[in-house]
Amino acid sequence: METNGHKSHLTIALAGNPNAGKTTLFNALTGLKQKIANYPGVTVERKEGSWVVNGETANLVDIPGLYSLDATSLDEQIARDVITGNQAGLPKPDVIVAVVDATNLERNLYLVTQLFEFGIPVVIALTMIDVFEKQEHEIDVEMLSVLLKTPVIAINAKSGRGKNQLAAKVAEVVHTTPAIPYVYDEAEDEAGPHGKIFARYNFISSVVQDSVWHSDQKSHRISDKIDRVLTHKFFGLVILVAILLVVFQTIFSWASLPMDMLEKGFGAAADLVRSQMPPGILTDLLADGIIAGVGGVVVFLPQILLLFLFISLLEDSGYMSRAAFLLDKLMSRVGLHGKAFLPLISSFACAIPGIMATRTIESRRDRFATIMIAPFMSCSARLPVYTLMIGAFFGGRYVFGFISLGAVLMLAMYALGVFVAIIVAFILKRTVLKAPPPPFLMEMPPYRWPNFRTVFQNMFTRAGLFIKRAGTVILTLSIVLWAMMNFPRPSQNDVDQITAEVEQTCNCPPEEAQDKIETLVKARMLDNSIAGSIGHAIEPAIAPLGYDWRIGIGLMSAFAAREVFVSTMSILYNVGRDGDAENESLLQAVRDAKGDDGKPIWTPLLAFTTMMFFLLAMQCMSTLAVVRRETNSWRWPIFMTVYMCALAYIVCLIVYQGGKALGYG
Amino acid sequence: MKRKTDEAESMTLTNLPIGRDARVTAVNGTGSVTRRLLEMGVIPGVAVQVVKMAPFGDPIEIRVRGYSLAMRRTEADAIEVSY
Repeated sequence: METNGHKSHLTIALAGNPNAGKTTLFNALTGLKQKIANYPGVTVERKEGSWVVNGETANLVDIPGLYSLDATSLDEQIARDVITGNQAGLPKPDVIVAVVDATNLERNLYLVTQLFEFGIPVVIALTMIDVFEKQEHEIDVEMLSVLLKTPVIAINAKSGRGKNQLAAKVAEVVHTTPAIPYVYDEAEDEAGPHGKIFARYNFISSVVQDSVWHSDQKSHRISDKIDRVLTHKFFGLVILVAILLVVFQTIFSWASLPMDMLEKGFGAAADLVRSQMPPGILTDLLADGIIAGVGGVVVFLPQILLLFLFISLLEDSGYMSRAAFLLDKLMSRVGLHGKAFLPLISSFACAIPGIMATRTIESRRDRFATIMIAPFMSCSARLPVYTLMIGAFFGGRYVFGFISLGAVLMLAMYALGVFVAIIVAFILKRTVLKAPPPPFLMEMPPYRWPNFRTVFQNMFTRAGLFIKRAGTVILTLSIVLWAMMNFPRPSQNDVDQITAEVEQTCNCPPEEAQDKIETLVKARMLDNSIAGSIGHAIEPAIAPLGYDWRIGIGLMSAFAAREVFVSTMSILYNVGRDGDAENESLLQAVRDAKGDDGKPIWTPLLAFTTMMFFLLAMQCMSTLAVVRRETNSWRWPIFMTVYMCALAYIVCLIVYQGGKALGYG
Repeated sequence: MKRKTDEAESMTLTNLPIGRDARVTAVNGTGSVTRRLLEMGVIPGVAVQVVKMAPFGDPIEIRVRGYSLAMRRTEADAIEVSY
């Protein structure tokens, strides 16, 4: 939007309470022409779009949903800055459109009384009036307008009712001096520090009394009936668990179908490149660096789209605040908000959509604490590593003769992750994220049918933001990681030597020999690569955990995605690039792997230590990219990496050395 | 803030029976929570009702000015009511 400096362009601010229908109206007015960014240095979202007013394109700025403008929270501070023209890059608005929910008139008008104080013309968009009238209440819109000395337009964003009148009214009031319907006299302030609040509500009460007729019918009747079931002490919890199970099932298993297809598609594209282009660095970069990197970004889309479909549905319908209401006691014991539950459950599938889902938590500290512990939930990328370790060392063993030891270990990893997360949250909330317990004042909006346009727009906006912000970081890191594992290249000498060796020792058909040569060259390259050098260099540091340089390389490769550990070990143990976690030859290779001193590297104890390491360590660059995006700073992802890796190292050191001392080595 | 502690039926929102119509007599405290409560329309004189409690007895849901507001018992304790 080229508004800067052009006097002919209008800036219009859209302000209103949460749940007043502001997002729906914003979407209806601007269509798809929106841009979303963050206000500088903070995580508050800045949303702008184009709205045609009187044949002129105006810039519509969506102010975060808020109850008051008294600048006690970050959102309120920013809203105030936008309205006063103190927000960099945004001119002072010419008109404020105040969204007011007719079913909740008194509290919604409170914000409007504050907006009057800025001397900017205000036009009130009255939403939900159809709902209000259905409840057999009546509202005299004209009278309301007269009493408030401000234009009031009844709006239905879905049907488009009032959209044109709103635009016309906005055009009419531009550059006029607004009449102020009520003046608060500071000199007569006798009501104590909150006198202003009382005065505003007194004014509102008189306005509402003269413009609204309530029928005897209780206004929340249908919502109350639904709530009797959905927030019931027993059935409410049962339904909540069922809903969470559906969400979990969807992102954990149903999303895997499109994800597998995407992975296969990108795999096929890489193969196509490899078969069509001459072998060499460029081909490798394209196939293993760029295509694999883009694939690594796109593969998250099904999960993100599905999770945000659910979140939008739950939020738009009004259920999200009920879920938080039901769970708040449980979550507040750990110092978290009731709304932290869904992001944490989602993180069992993948921390990336989970961390993005923390957006629903308003308090910054609560939100950051949730982000910091989300990666402890055992995500699906850890499964192949657990499977490999269990398959190689704990397969076919039973506890009490009938419970599979593998299943027990798997369950233990999930439970341990939750346990550690609880402890870490407890500590964080008392140290780094220490704050007086945030007030838990949460509006429980009446149940409403979700607006599908809003739901889908929200879904695709989130996906787009993920690709734009996190995607670029993930792609860059994938290419850097690829380069680290591919440079320097093995010399022709090395290749010749390996070829000669294989041809001498292996009496196999040429095709098999070729495969073998390729795997050996790849292993040699990894060994000599930058990643390999780092693997060798860090060996002294990881040796106390029982790791050699090969596992060091594996750990580094896991930074691309944890499951890559399996294929890297497969290359390093010369099984070939396609080894997966249930491949018997890979399992055997792991069992047989010898260290440089000739002793077997892997023991059941080391396998268990490795599972612990993968559970606790921060080794997922995509997660870090998302944390960077969601916290709007590198401080938090760096802090996350340091504290999680330190924790993993200490715990694994104790487990491995302790286990050895007890004779399990 | 007006305080009417001498009134016999005076109590806080925490021990107001569910479903009973009451009126707010005072909102105690001076911090940001108090301010937020007032801004949300919970001011002395307003009609209020406790709608229900969450499964573990906390938070509670109240109805004020025609809408529903959930709060923890710690917040509700600061709101004095009479009926």
